[in-house]
Formats: sequence, structure tokens, C-alpha cells
Amino acid sequence: MYKYDEYDHAIVASRVEEFRDQVRRRLEGHLTEDQFKPLRLMNGLYLQLHAYMLRVAVPYGTMDARQMRMLGHIARKYDRGYGHFTTRQNIQFNWIKLADTPDILEELATVEMHAIQTSGNCIRNISSDQFAGAAADEVTDPRPWAELLRQWSTFHPEFTYLPRKFKIAVIASDTDRAAMRLHDIGIQIVRNDAGELGGRIYVGGGMGRTPMIAPLIRDFVPYEDFISYLEACLRVYNRYGRRDNIYKARIKILIHEIGADKYRDEVEAEFLEVKKLAIDPPKAELERISAHFAPPAFENGLLDDIDRTDPDFAVWVDQNVSAHKTAGYAIVTVSLKPMGGIPGDASADQIDVMADLAERFSFNELRVTHAQNIVLPHVAKRDLYPVYQILNQSGLAEANLDLISDIIACPGLDYCSLANARSIPLAQKIAQRFSDLDRQRDLGELKLKISGCINACGHHHAGHIGILGVDRKGTENFQLLLGGSGAEDVSLAKITGPGFSEDGIVDAIEKTTDVYLAQREDGERFVDTYRRIGMEPFKEAIYG
Amino acid sequence: MVDALRFRDDVPHEEPAVTLDSFLGQSNATAVRIEAGEDARVLLPHLDRIALVEVSFPKYRDGRGYSSARILREAGYTGELRAQGDVLVDQIPLMRRCGFDSFAPEAPVDEAVLHASLTRYDHDYQAAADGHVPVWKRRHG
Repeated sequence: MYKYDEYDHAIVASRVEEFRDQVRRRLEGHLTEDQFKPLRLMNGLYLQLHAYMLRVAVPYGTMDARQMRMLGHIARKYDRGYGHFTTRQNIQFNWIKLADTPDILEELATVEMHAIQTSGNCIRNISSDQFAGAAADEVTDPRPWAELLRQWSTFHPEFTYLPRKFKIAVIASDTDRAAMRLHDIGIQIVRNDAGELGGRIYVGGGMGRTPMIAPLIRDFVPYEDFISYLEACLRVYNRYGRRDNIYKARIKILIHEIGADKYRDEVEAEFLEVKKLAIDPPKAELERISAHFAPPAFENGLLDDIDRTDPDFAVWVDQNVSAHKTAGYAIVTVSLKPMGGIPGDASADQIDVMADLAERFSFNELRVTHAQNIVLPHVAKRDLYPVYQILNQSGLAEANLDLISDIIACPGLDYCSLANARSIPLAQKIAQRFSDLDRQRDLGELKLKISGCINACGHHHAGHIGILGVDRKGTENFQLLLGGSGAEDVSLAKITGPGFSEDGIVDAIEKTTDVYLAQREDGERFVDTYRRIGMEPFKEAIYG
Repeated sequence: MVDALRFRDDVPHEEPAVTLDSFLGQSNATAVRIEAGEDARVLLPHLDRIALVEVSFPKYRDGRGYSSARILREAGYTGELRAQGDVLVDQIPLMRRCGFDSFAPEAPVDEAVLHASLTRYDHDYQAAADGHVPVWKRRHG
């Protein structure tokens, strides 16, 4: 895990002091809400329906136990005893008082955390693969590259007032667990023929009201040019991205309008200028950062055997435990989608339990996933049963990873001032309808994602089944979408037809899954069957 | 007109800034104003005769001028570079980093707040147009 040095500490401490001063100026009336808004947003502080919401950054989703416990502490001391893990691997606290925020940031800084650029029209927290450093299929750990970008993008003087927000994801394997090509910039770290590592750069993806899959812009950018190239990508966007219409301001619209080839030409020309400035850190900096991500001291010779006597445990192992690159170890995903719960929420006590487990059983590491779950990345297989038992005592052993009840949902109209519909009660109803775990497992991998408005925070475009809440003449209405994916088989879901009431959409989902069960061929997931047979059979079942 | 906040020792330039079109159409102007959407690069062939470039910020959230400033400084422009318009006190440190050395904000700026914000950060993660040594260079010499 990355550890701050004196420079990182000094910068974050200055930031706390700066925000304390800005809050003081606001509370004393020197700043109007209008003037304060861009300042608080740059620090992840939103004014929501009922209160301020503070979004704390979890860079590339990686934390240690001490940091996780701090989140529990903040939930207890400043919020209502819980937090909400987000689709960008961050955590949000929904009931924050403005006057408390400087103290919260000061407490976060003691464990090397902050809320820098978790909002605003700037480069947001860099996201990554939650299995980084543990997955067998990665060419390298992507997190040192993500940390390099965290530092480059922090208070970047030129790119703090971009046309719109800007999200970057970095992965390093062909399996995409981070929805990489649905980001403004998606980067896959790859090895070229000469054996060097570099970035394959996709630009212009995103969800929101105009979903786009990012086209490939450069096949390989070596480390020596990495920062320069990204600086060029951002400068072209900052200069030419639309500013006349907030809904057309994301980079995906620019690239859609001028074309990927023209954008690439502009970037390559700008890159030649930027490259003269010597702004690329030396290889030694990547090595310094990488040393922080050295593999933990895994024990050699551990057995791969797992005692499956307890049937519930065996199901959980099959569903929530993934292969680790080291013999005798496994990756555990802790589901934050218990039956009847709020997707992504965790109580302070649960946060503490997960912190303890990380310390005792996972080399002091935790990850947040974009699907709003928590990962213990390095658990010895011999420890899986005790880990399971402890999770089970805390309501954290739901064996539903990637099943229909492992729902991504935005906060919706229960919290969000932009939402048209409530996402959380619908997620709960769907989970209830499919509560039988055997039935869920029979349906297999089925990624269901709910957004309460067209801004698509709940990733409905990338759902095998997506649901979009809209306002229809003052009542909540839900549209059904099929066939999306945020993984390496990335695709955008399509709307089936007219929308439904809250109960109607649950029925429609059930009819949709019935079509799949009737039509699937050997080994097909839901999305595979959909791709083979198309939309029509589903529409007939739903509307016929 | 509000007196500009200046971070330069030379005498303020007296000639009013002309529009980019007028500047390109007349050979003797030495001060030019570029609007947010205009391409700063068209000035590059003329930098040796320019004493003042005024960059307009129609709204604080329009950040195009930050790139214009860096492009001019990266091309070697050493004259006065002024940010004019909806310029907020909390933005001035970033603008300084991009190479602006004078400011004509539409609303008055609290000098004490400005001083505090300009001196707050001892380190910067990235290289920009202000010559600050980025953190990575401090780490590795």
C-alpha cells in the first residue's frame, strides 16, 4: 500500500487548512453559497435533499485497516452510524454538518485520506481493478500507475476547471473489473513486444444521458511519455470541449462530434509540444511508488484444500471467493447487498469488522469495488472458514456476488437532489422477489443496475439488466434495459419499450429471466443468451 | 477599470489591449486580449512584439484561459499575462501556476485571503508554468 512521504503529508495538511478557511469564510458570510459551491464541490461536499453529503476518496479503491476504521469512526461521530460505498470506489456520508467538515478532513488526514477532487469539474479519484495485486491474469499491479496519476492530477493547475467532470480508470489485465472503457479515459497497462510496460489509452467513454464506449486512441504509451500524453489528452479537451451546454460537455461528446481520428491527431500534435516540457517523472518515481505495492509476505506451501462440510459456507466459497495468483490464497468479496439492505451501505460496526478481518487475515488490505462491495484480497484458504463465520455473524456473508441481487443502485430520490425516482426500495423489492438463493444461482451471473435518473450513477447502461427511473407526469416510472456490460465484453444496454410502475418493473424482470431460463443453451449467461436471440423474445414476454 | 493586481516589477503597460482580430490586422499593436474560445497559438509568431496579453474569463468555471496561459508561457512569452473577468480569489494560485502574473477580477479580492492562499502550499505535485520544482523532482534530485 502506498504510504505518504513528507510531501504528500504536507500537501494534504495544506488542503485541510485551506478548506477550513473556506468554510470559515462561508459561515461568516464572506462567501455566498454561489461562491462557495465550486470550492466545496472540489472537496466532495454536496448539498443534497436533506443535508450535506461528504464523499471521501479511496484512491483506486485500496485501504488498510486503520483507514477503514477511520471511516467507521466518522460514521459514528459525524453521521448516523453508517456510510455508503460508491460505484467509484469511494465512500459517502449522507448526514454531515458543514461546520464539522474541516474536522472530518483533519481526522482523515491522520490516516492519509482526503476528499480532494471527489467532485467538481476536475480529474476525479482514479479508479482501478479491485483484484489488483491478487489477480492471476494481470501483467503488473495497476495501482502504482494509478497513484502516479493521483499525484499528477491533484490540484493540477490547468485542469481544475474543465468543461465537466473527468474520470480515469487504470487496469492491467484483459479481464475488465473496473468498467474501464466507460470512463473519460480508460487505461490498460500492457506489455509491448520489447517487454516494456505502458498504457493502452481509450478516451471518450462514459455513461450519463449519452452513453459511449471509449474508442482506442493510442495502442501503447511508454512510461517515459505517460504523463505527457495524458496532459495532451486533457489539454485538447480543456480547450475544445463544449462549454455551452452542461449536458454536452463531457469529453465523449467532443470525441463523438469531431471523431476519434481528429481527436487523436490533435492529441498527438499537442503531445509533441508538451513533451518538450520535461514533465514526465523519471522511472525511479514509478519504482519508488511500486515498492509500496510489493506483494505481501505470502506463506509458501499452503494447501489449496477447503473443508466444505458446512453447506452454506460451501455456497459462499463458490460464489464470493475468487482465484488468487498465489497458491494457497484466495480473494474474498464481502457482499454489501444483504437481503432487504441498501446496496453499498455498511454500518460503523460492520466497517470495523471488515477492518479487523483485513488485519488478521488479509495482510491489512481492503478494496472497494465499483459494484459497491468490499474485497479482502489476500486470504489464506485455510482461513476462509473463520473469515466466513465472522462475516456471517455481522450480516456480511450474503453469497450473492454477481447474482441478480448483487445490485448496483444509486442513492436515488431518498437522498439525491437530481433523482426522479427511488432506487433503493426497488433494489430491495427485486432482491426480495429473487430471495431464493438457489434460484439466483440457477440464473447465474446477472448484473442488475439501477439509476434513479438519466445521469446514470447506477450504471444502468452497463447492466445485463438495467433499470432507469424517470418521472412520468409526476409519478415514478421505470424503464427496462437489456444487454449492457461494463466488463471486457463492454456493451450498452437497450431499452425494451414503455416503462413500468415499481411493481410492474419487478414483474417484467421476472418475465425477462423466465425467457432466459427457457432459451439458454449450455454455459450461456443471461447476457450471452440475450446477444444470441436478441430483444424480440424478451419484448414478447414482457409486453405481449 | 479596477487596478490590476500585478506580480511584476516592470511598469504597467499603458496601451489598451485590442481584440485578436484587430491585433492580427494591424502590425503595431503591443497589447492583445483573447477571448476564452480563441486560439492562443495564433499569437506565437508575434510574441516578440507583445507586452501584454489579457485573457478573458467570462465565467469562473470556464477554464480555457488556463490552457491559453500555459501555451503562451511554454512558447517563451515573458510579457505581462493578465487574467480578466470572473476571477475568484481561490483561483488565483492556480492561475499563477499557469503563468498569469497580473489579475483584473471583476469583483474585489480580499488581499488577506489572497496572500494566505498564495503562500499556503509549499509543494506541487506537477510541473507547470511557474518554475516550481515538482515533488517528483525533489524526491529524485
